[in-house]
Amino acid sequence: MSKEPVAVVGIGQTHHVAARHDVSIAGLVREAAQRALADAQLTWADIDAVVIGKAPDFFEGLMMPELYLADALGAVGKPMLRVHTAGSVGGSTALVASNLISSRVHSTVLTLAFEKQSESNAMWGLSLPVPFQQPLLAGAGGFFAPHIRAYMRRTGAPDTVGSLVAYKDRRNALKNPYAHLHEKDITLEKVQASPMLWDPVRYSETCPSSDGACAMILTDRAGAARSPHPPAWVHGGAMRSEPTMFAGKDFVSPQAGKDCAADVYRQAGITDPRREIDTVEMYVPFSWYEPMWLENLGFAEEGEGWKLTESGVTELTGDLPVNASGGVLSTNPIGASGMIRFAEAALQVRGQAGEHQVDGARKALGHAYGGGAQFFSMWLVGADEPAS
Amino acid sequence: MTAASPPEVLRAPLVVEFPFTRSLGPVQSAFLTGLRERTVLGVRTGDGKVLVPPVEYDPVTAEEIRDLVEVAPTGTVTTWAWNPSPRRDQPLKTPFAWVLVKLDGADTAILHALDAPGPESVHTGLRVRIRWAGDRTGAITDIACFEPYEGKTGEAAGPHEGRFADMVTGIIAPARLDYTYSPGRAQTRYINALSERKTVGERCPSCHKVYVPPRGACPTCGVATTDQVEVGPAGTVTTYCIVNIKARNLDIEVPYVYGHIALDGADLALHGRIGGIPYDQVRMGLRVEPVWTEGGRYPDHYRPTGEPDADYDAYKELI
Ligand SMILES: [Zn+2]
Repeated sequence: MSKEPVAVVGIGQTHHVAARHDVSIAGLVREAAQRALADAQLTWADIDAVVIGKAPDFFEGLMMPELYLADALGAVGKPMLRVHTAGSVGGSTALVASNLISSRVHSTVLTLAFEKQSESNAMWGLSLPVPFQQPLLAGAGGFFAPHIRAYMRRTGAPDTVGSLVAYKDRRNALKNPYAHLHEKDITLEKVQASPMLWDPVRYSETCPSSDGACAMILTDRAGAARSPHPPAWVHGGAMRSEPTMFAGKDFVSPQAGKDCAADVYRQAGITDPRREIDTVEMYVPFSWYEPMWLENLGFAEEGEGWKLTESGVTELTGDLPVNASGGVLSTNPIGASGMIRFAEAALQVRGQAGEHQVDGARKALGHAYGGGAQFFSMWLVGADEPAS
Repeated sequence: MTAASPPEVLRAPLVVEFPFTRSLGPVQSAFLTGLRERTVLGVRTGDGKVLVPPVEYDPVTAEEIRDLVEVAPTGTVTTWAWNPSPRRDQPLKTPFAWVLVKLDGADTAILHALDAPGPESVHTGLRVRIRWAGDRTGAITDIACFEPYEGKTGEAAGPHEGRFADMVTGIIAPARLDYTYSPGRAQTRYINALSERKTVGERCPSCHKVYVPPRGACPTCGVATTDQVEVGPAGTVTTYCIVNIKARNLDIEVPYVYGHIALDGADLALHGRIGGIPYDQVRMGLRVEPVWTEGGRYPDHYRPTGEPDADYDAYKELI
């Protein structure tokens, strides 16, 4: 029996900001869920199941959100699942929801991811004082910066490429009302003059700390037929993992990322991602990860990713816009960031991205990763129902 | 103990503790501020039930509910469990009963502590009242505990605006977990060897890679690592960053270099500080050796050996 096609018919986000002191976590997730329901013109009664994701529990000290948030998400009397895959969790959560529909377990599923970083402490959560172990010596960016230097050495990329990504993403964010950072007077000079925190990573090339939630309503073919707005169709989705540390791991371009992308492209019938995919929302916590992921995801040959960035291909006006929404560099509620990538990809192929719409986007890739490049999750969404 | 006995596996306490903040939102804000003012608030659901403590969303219909009502400080025990040995941060220091109390005017019960002389004095149906804390801040601990009460039944629930002067809008919720941590046999061997200033990794019998520090199993092959292999002491800087911001709890002057160092003979780089060289002269391929300080479990940092730099091809697979 073939799989049920899956459609995204509702998308909702909060206006991401540094701190939402006016709402509880329940109130925060509720906002995103209600916007998704309104977009789909559905009510709580139309939802068969709820699948939620969030950052690791120690980040915000919220254990078992699936218990606490059941009321706020209308889950009483319905199945409610929680997904847990570090920074990639927003993507994995959407894929679990998608699989519940493609396997015909449920018809319509609410999926949601969130984090209140203002009430979290990710750095503390990642550096618990484990006895006998050497304390982490370098802070959050210190984990990523050496891999970026390795990429620069491997490819010979000029050291300005990272600033080009940050400048682009921050300008894109100005067109996205939900983005956290709106740096109206941003210039490339300002990005390049920003303090070097973990050389080669500048302050301006790091992600902010945000409070926010993102929700989507996924449904089957019959649900899509009732949708008031054009749906985004899921053409492929996959997750892969590999250990955070092992001998032979390619920290610059992890094998699990390549395998995950290959699986998605196979499902979606994509043979030339650079030509067949119109836009990408990828998880770029530090600017240099754009060229790194362009290679890892097969949009460029190894060593060539930075050339796409440098030549403007990934600009909103380029022929492969990357992070038209402003990306993680402009908005980072960690637990929600992956789902925001998936949702923004869906907004693009629905033609609903507003000012940051990529003209004529028909196929878009959403990408998330996390846990020290341990977990990868991706989906490819299209404007047309996939051929079965 | 015979000479062949394996060494004791290391163990140590690990306390994970953090004061998380929580924004309360409108309903919890009213509830906790109310407790500060000796007022217990519930919320009325779509089907007319009064929930105490109140919630923001109707558990049946999922609708937003904001219809607050005041209930009595007296109520009835609906079930209980005796706690013979109170633990750290529990409401009472002496043995007490955990109770679910349905306050007069409420349809649901609230969990709290009951101060009672012994389990024989507690029963379902027992009438109780709130004993308020002397110093109230707008927290669930403003109810010090419940105590047995012989007086009359409280009034039925009445509407309440939920507004008070100086509303509490956030709380600090300390989280604390007490563990006994053990790094396991493989890391115990590694740590014990470090005390003799030796770095001992373990080789995978299947792929022959040498893991430092060893975890007891090869993460790629899924088999136990058994052969111990001394590596280093010298190694190669495979990549690094220059840290310009001071990390909390670390007494290191910035800027400093945080490097990935592949010790000679190891198949995975470990992380450490590079010193003994100006920070802007550190480079990939730099040959380094550990510098130990008295009493340090790990090398304090790594310094240049003075050897020529390693060829990129010699270490690029280890990046
Ligand atoms: Zn192995």
